Amino acid sequence: MSWLTEVPQLSREALLSIRQTLDSAYRDFSREYGEVIESFFDPLLSFLIWFEKLLIAAPWWLVIAVIVAITHLAARSWKLSLGVAISLFLIGFFGMWENTMSTLSIITVCTLLSIALGVPIGILMARSNRVQSIVTPILDVMQTMPAFVYLIPVVMLLGIGKIPGVIAVVIYAIPPVIRLTNLGIRLVDKEVLEAATSYGVSAWQKLVNVQLPLALPNIMAGVNQTIMMALSMVVIASMIGVAGLGQPVLRSITNQYFTLGLLNGLAIVALAIIFDRVSQAFASRSQRHMRGR
Amino acid sequence: MSAPDTQSEPLIKVEQLFKIFGSKPQNVISLVKEGKSKEEVLAETGHTVGLSNINLEVQRGEIFVIMGLSGCGKSTLLRHFNRIIEPTDGKILVDGIDVMELNPQQLRDFRRQKMAMVFQHFGLLPHYSVIDNVAFGLKTKGVKKAERLEKAKQWLADVGLAGYEDQYPAQLSGGQQQRVGLARALCTDAEILLMDEAFSALDPLIRSEMQDQLIQLQEKLKKTIIFITHDLDESLRLGDRIAILRDGELVQVGTPQKILLEPANDYIEAFVRDVNRARALTVENVMKPPVRRLTAETIGEAYKQMKASTSDYAYLENDEGFQGSILQATLKKALEQAPCEHAPITEDFLQQECCSPGALLEEVIPNTLDNEYPLPVVNEKGELKGELSRQQLAEVLVQS
Repeated sequence: MSWLTEVPQLSREALLSIRQTLDSAYRDFSREYGEVIESFFDPLLSFLIWFEKLLIAAPWWLVIAVIVAITHLAARSWKLSLGVAISLFLIGFFGMWENTMSTLSIITVCTLLSIALGVPIGILMARSNRVQSIVTPILDVMQTMPAFVYLIPVVMLLGIGKIPGVIAVVIYAIPPVIRLTNLGIRLVDKEVLEAATSYGVSAWQKLVNVQLPLALPNIMAGVNQTIMMALSMVVIASMIGVAGLGQPVLRSITNQYFTLGLLNGLAIVALAIIFDRVSQAFASRSQRHMRGR
Repeated sequence: MSAPDTQSEPLIKVEQLFKIFGSKPQNVISLVKEGKSKEEVLAETGHTVGLSNINLEVQRGEIFVIMGLSGCGKSTLLRHFNRIIEPTDGKILVDGIDVMELNPQQLRDFRRQKMAMVFQHFGLLPHYSVIDNVAFGLKTKGVKKAERLEKAKQWLADVGLAGYEDQYPAQLSGGQQQRVGLARALCTDAEILLMDEAFSALDPLIRSEMQDQLIQLQEKLKKTIIFITHDLDESLRLGDRIAILRDGELVQVGTPQKILLEPANDYIEAFVRDVNRARALTVENVMKPPVRRLTAETIGEAYKQMKASTSDYAYLENDEGFQGSILQATLKKALEQAPCEHAPITEDFLQQECCSPGALLEEVIPNTLDNEYPLPVVNEKGELKGELSRQQLAEVLVQS
């Protein structure tokens, strides 16, 4: 009657053998296909390296000028542009320029990748309740599973480096853009959709001319969240060898360098605020006409 | 309003249309066909009968109003014409095309070419400028940009919104937005307009303005319009024919006059009781044939004829048509004052008050009340068509 007092449990041997079997099966799989999969990611890797090098090699004032120009195009606010210029200058002034450029490059790539993958998945979810019921629990797992856990198989498969970092960041950061694309499309006014249907639009015309534009405020909110979450992954990504602001933070944790940690942390915050304000301002500017004058 | 051409083949023909909402409508349809009521079907199977055995024909060029209270299925019925809603059973023919036989591509083409729809809450694309909204149907058809914008501009001007091209819908008032909706529908050149409670969301003044505009446009365009409304006054004003729907069943189809004056059952009678008849009926609908006609040349002759018919008034006619009304009292007075039996009847003896057959009762009430004798009804050719007495007017207006 021991099962009444103790949790029924697999025997130690059984557990061990399950773990060993799964681990070795996965190890065999990664030995067999690791290189193929790695070479699949090669174009992405070379783009990442090229982009990072470009940002670091370019003169600092040019980089600031380009970012300020993008900010101004998106937000049309002198105050914001000035703030961006000053905070970037300060980042450089405190000796974090190169790390910031590395982080900027990887975050940009991760965000673009998340949008490129997330929006289509969100569209598919919105089109079919079945897809939605399958994808939603997967997203739940992706958002709650500790990042370290899915880092393990990624590192086993691809080793340490930028690509596993990107994969880990994308897994963590993609759910908001998927969820909000799905939600945004589902919330599009039924009468507007009916109007479009009654004029004989094709599925593609409906998606491009009606659903996506009207879902854009929600999609942009998702993109914004995705950027924020990607930035918050910078430190964890640095644990598997991703260069950037995360590495000094990691170093300062192990060595108890408070100021170093704080400065790099602030640089991450500054990047986050720039991304956030620019994407928000762009979203609200592009939606201005929806609210009237 | 144009008279529908009843001789030709109907443009839209609906035969034995059923729509049942629920998980397995096909299993329920036989119950409905057996004649079970909406409540019985709902209680037995949990399915809602949306439309039951609808048969109707819409003629080319008429405004066909489908009227009923909310939930009666009128909007559902409208959405069957362009198959936004699929019927459970039945046949829909539009210009000889069996809508149910169309495959998805054909259905899209059908919607692009044949029909355009106007919505209660406008259904405009908020991210498109006004002119792009108007051109939307043409864009869908694949018309080149310059061409479709030019056409859209023209239509925008026709609905009275020239100069608003680059505004966005959110910047316009409700009435203006619906004009954009109307322009969008007209811009496609579709033969059929489906208007779903198009004016119901507008305030009363704007609504009657829009009704006037629709009537004006229709005189010029001669489209076939199917207009949904819950407002009887609106349907009487716009409709060449009206179909009244109740609980998914067609109760009566007929001209506004027929529905007002010969309601098919108690439901419609109750429905039309509160209608402002003075605004819905025309003189033509209630006038009586003119019995007291007179063709005399002289005063004496006229007096003699009137005495013979024992009437104290008469309508004088000659080859040129209606000349005026004469009162016996006037003639008598003239004869007493001077012997003028052989004098011709001059204008001094005639009263010119009259009304036209197309006038609304409302417009002729003052004149009718002021006159002691029935008002003559004269058409634009000057022909005497009938007479309208106070009693007739009172009878029609207070009838309940």
